[in-house]
Amino acid sequence: MCLSIPSKVIEIDENNLATVDTMGAKRQVTLDLIDEEVKVGDYVLIHVGFAMNKISEKEALESLKIYEEIAELMNNGEIDESEGDVNYAKPT
Amino acid sequence: MQNQLDMFKVFRNPEHIKALAKLINLEAPKKIKVMEVCGGHTHTIMKYGLPQILKNSFEFVHGPGCPVCVMPKNRIDHAYILANQKDVILVTLGDMIKVPGSHGSLADARSKGADVRFVYSPMDVLKIAAQNPTKKVIFFAIGFETTTPMSAALIKHVIEKKLSNVLFHINHVTVPEAMEALLVNGSLIDAFIGPSHVSVITGSKIYDKFPKEYKKPVVVAGFEPVDVMEGLLMIARQVKEGRSELENQYTRSVTFEGNIVAQKLIDTYFEKRDGFIWRGLGNIPKSALKLKDEFSSYDAEVVYKDALPNDLVDDHKSCICGEILRGLAKPTDCKVFGTACKPSSPIGSCMVSSEGACAAYYKYGNLL
Ligand code: SF4
Repeated sequence: MCLSIPSKVIEIDENNLATVDTMGAKRQVTLDLIDEEVKVGDYVLIHVGFAMNKISEKEALESLKIYEEIAELMNNGEIDESEGDVNYAKPT
Repeated sequence: MQNQLDMFKVFRNPEHIKALAKLINLEAPKKIKVMEVCGGHTHTIMKYGLPQILKNSFEFVHGPGCPVCVMPKNRIDHAYILANQKDVILVTLGDMIKVPGSHGSLADARSKGADVRFVYSPMDVLKIAAQNPTKKVIFFAIGFETTTPMSAALIKHVIEKKLSNVLFHINHVTVPEAMEALLVNGSLIDAFIGPSHVSVITGSKIYDKFPKEYKKPVVVAGFEPVDVMEGLLMIARQVKEGRSELENQYTRSVTFEGNIVAQKLIDTYFEKRDGFIWRGLGNIPKSALKLKDEFSSYDAEVVYKDALPNDLVDDHKSCICGEILRGLAKPTDCKVFGTACKPSSPIGSCMVSSEGACAAYYKYGNLL
């Protein structure tokens, strides 16, 4: 119940109801709680039938840039492979 | 680039998980006891095997942030009793189905003929009420700050549409008060990971006092594995540098102030209870909400007052959910874990909800 899911807005009707796509599943959510303008193509966070907020693609891309940098740093031999236990479990 | 961004895959990238794990293990100055307050985080942490890959840098204490898990039996009994009142349809979210109360679960009530309906969205109540004008439709509302605005939006619609057959049984609880109760009771936690979706609504500001008054670092983080790990890295750095600050990892949707529209909606209809009994944590002052008195004609606790008992109900004696929620025990310490108590036949609430610590350990336990 408590997970909020990023979803892409694909349609908005006159009742402030949006059709969103969550990993291929389509559903309707209300935009009643959102105080900024939402457009088709935006990402929103969904929770029990409501969009809670927009997701900033700019911030998302910035986070990714940081991860790329960390990955590069870690792979450039700065750290020995044996350091840290990176034998992580594969997500199911 | 815009349309190529896949919000799911990119934050589950194994390469990033691996790189972050290395960096965290490198930067953490000691083994840090971190509490992930929210059950959703517990789930991510177990699913991606973080206790194992970060065993030298973090010990995870699974917090009380699973609304189903912290609901005391007395409140489940209320739901069961309400469902059995004449001409009542009890509506709630799916997670409540199997939670055992003194008389049984809501699924049991339904199999014995009560009209109990599980919905995906609180808004579905409007449809049910319109289709059943001669019945009282009672919405049994659960959840933290994330679901409270949805209940508020529902009551707004009910009032605007002048629906006279919808009532509410409110069980909304609040995160910071529970965290504070843990600290006051001497839990040995070094730092907290706060759930992003709560702060999408409330802002990160609700945690302001923890770094200031208790000197505990708090990082608000998202739910994807890479989000959680970046949050842990931020905590490791704070501990290393001797800082205790409030930081926000989930900048893509969380701000300091949060969603003001949602906060106003909550303030219009709800007010703090004096106290609320949490399973395992006891009575925590100001840790839950109720409808304001002016809306008491919509409040099932008021309307059905005479039918609803107030007494405390003891939990099953083998169940140590209480200690788990306080960070004093792990699910595997419970004698009936995985034997008498399983997700298919739960004894305690930590096994019922998929966000409960016991359910997460059961599902991903082979990664321990
Ligand atoms: S395994 Fe079951 S009985 Fe034991 S603590 Fe968890 S929920 Fe309670």
